[in-house]
Amino acid sequence: MFSRDLWKEIFETISKNKLRTFLSGFTVALGILIFVVLYGFGNGLKNTFNEFFMDDATNTFFVFAGRTSMPYKGFKSNRNIEFKNDDLDDIKKNFPMFLEYITPRISRSALVKYKGESNNYNTRAVGPAHQYNEKTIMMKGRYLNENDVLERTRYAVIGRLVEKDLFGTANAIGKYIDLGGRAFKVIGVFQDDGGDNEERYIYIPYTTRQLIEKNTDKVDQIILGFKQEIGYPGAMAFEKSLNKFLKEKHNISPEDQRAIFIRNVADQLKQNQQFAGVLQLIVLFVAFGTIIAGIIGISNIMVFIVKERTKEIGVRKALGATPRAVISMILLEAVFITTIAGYIGMVIGVVLLNSLGNTLKDYFITNPYININTAIVATFILIIAGAIAGYIPAKRAARIKPIVALRDE
Amino acid sequence: MIEINDLHKSYKMGSNVLHVLKGINFSVKEGELVAIMGSSGSGKSTLLNILGMLDTMDTGTYMLDGVPIKNLNETKAAQYRNKFLGFIFQSFNLINYKTALENVALPLYYQRMPRKERQDKAMKYLERVGLRDWAYHHPNELSGGQKQRVAIARAMAAEPKVLLADEPTGALDSKTSYEVMDLIQKINQEGNTILVVTHEPDIANMCKRIVHLKDGVIEKDELVNQVMAAEYV
Repeated sequence: MFSRDLWKEIFETISKNKLRTFLSGFTVALGILIFVVLYGFGNGLKNTFNEFFMDDATNTFFVFAGRTSMPYKGFKSNRNIEFKNDDLDDIKKNFPMFLEYITPRISRSALVKYKGESNNYNTRAVGPAHQYNEKTIMMKGRYLNENDVLERTRYAVIGRLVEKDLFGTANAIGKYIDLGGRAFKVIGVFQDDGGDNEERYIYIPYTTRQLIEKNTDKVDQIILGFKQEIGYPGAMAFEKSLNKFLKEKHNISPEDQRAIFIRNVADQLKQNQQFAGVLQLIVLFVAFGTIIAGIIGISNIMVFIVKERTKEIGVRKALGATPRAVISMILLEAVFITTIAGYIGMVIGVVLLNSLGNTLKDYFITNPYININTAIVATFILIIAGAIAGYIPAKRAARIKPIVALRDE
Repeated sequence: MIEINDLHKSYKMGSNVLHVLKGINFSVKEGELVAIMGSSGSGKSTLLNILGMLDTMDTGTYMLDGVPIKNLNETKAAQYRNKFLGFIFQSFNLINYKTALENVALPLYYQRMPRKERQDKAMKYLERVGLRDWAYHHPNELSGGQKQRVAIARAMAAEPKVLLADEPTGALDSKTSYEVMDLIQKINQEGNTILVVTHEPDIANMCKRIVHLKDGVIEKDELVNQVMAAEYV
């Protein structure tokens, strides 16, 4: 099968039938190229998806309070539920084995001024743990700490774009800004991967905000992080018992669905990941279809080649070619062309994907790539399928009776 | 060399059975030059195909150089064809993308002869048919007569026991036909056994013996005075 003469014979056939070689090679190369590119795009989509949804910490609950929708324990329906500082302490006390951190968040819009510049920004009054939840990255200065909360300091941590808007190129650290009529000292500037909006927030201690608002102890929402070790089922169990605990504490009916709302990022993450998985599956399906189309293409070309060479095969058989010789000639030619063309298509595809990088980010394709093993496996599948597809017509060719082949048209 | 006894062959044409050969008894000795003549439909091509192991017979016996030719599988048939027989076709059947030399060397390739030896031998036979200078030309650069001479060189290259020629001059004008017949006669004079199927009486008369086939049986089997083709060239 690997004699030098046979290969010489095959090379001769290939080099003297350039168009045929080119056409069959082109089909195979195109098939693999499209597969690689599609598969890479699928990965790019997944990357975009991850970027969108993976920016914030995923071990997070957002707890909101609303109005009750049913009477309970003598309380009327439609009662307004509000969280207070002691809710934070109670959660801390009751769920130490689940809880990693907890922070309130009070969101207010405020007019912020510095010298001649002014603008409206969203301020978030939070605790120090909020940094973990938003994955806030400090560019300079520091984030809020426990002492700021205790002392009710008038310190602000501003986003990168807030600094740019108000200070231009100047350094904001240590400067005082006018935040809703009160002076706050800028102690830190942060950036966030979540996009421009995330970088236009201003963080202040929640106790300071409460002091400003007539020394209240109310809290808009509670954000808490659970320990990663408890995993997805642990998170679900925690959500359930936390819900029960808060309802009991605030005298809400266990059946009331409106009074307390817990947004579980882990649960959403799971759904998002499933969605991304489905996307990947669809892309894989399309890519697989391309491979199938490639296989059908090769089969067609093989049938055509055998048809075209019927007479030649008849002559060869009359001159003493055994069926085995005929099959190996046709098959090796097919496998050889498929291998070379498949390799070329694969390399072009991989190079194309690499050169694309982030140029297609506007179309939700970020950094498309294909695992090189996947590409090689796909190429191999095509080669093997090409061989099988070639074997059937080759076998038929070997059975051609020389008289039939040599009959004059 | 060839011994045929009571050979029958029929083809199924839908529901009809066409009985083409109806009991042929026929033998050829070494060194003979035999013409098989007959009108179309007489069964002469079928007979040649069976002799060439390109087709199978229904009943009868066929001995070629003392070897019984019976129940051959494809591989065995291919090996026997390669070893025993050389074919010359009406339409030459050269492989278009191969040079004259490569065409002649092809049966030697199937004998697994080393490349160098193969080329030397092919060149030797090309020289014998007078086409040494055309060795590296492709068939489409050759005239009809030259193509047939390449085909003859190819048929002889494997040094077969018998040369089978199916209307070797059918596609050639009369002058070229005589040149080809001259070559065939010379090869025969060197001791090769040759069977020529033809329907042209002048070509048949250049052989040493004529077998007339009619409706699947041998009508007449006669030795003739050979007309030398060289006289016409």
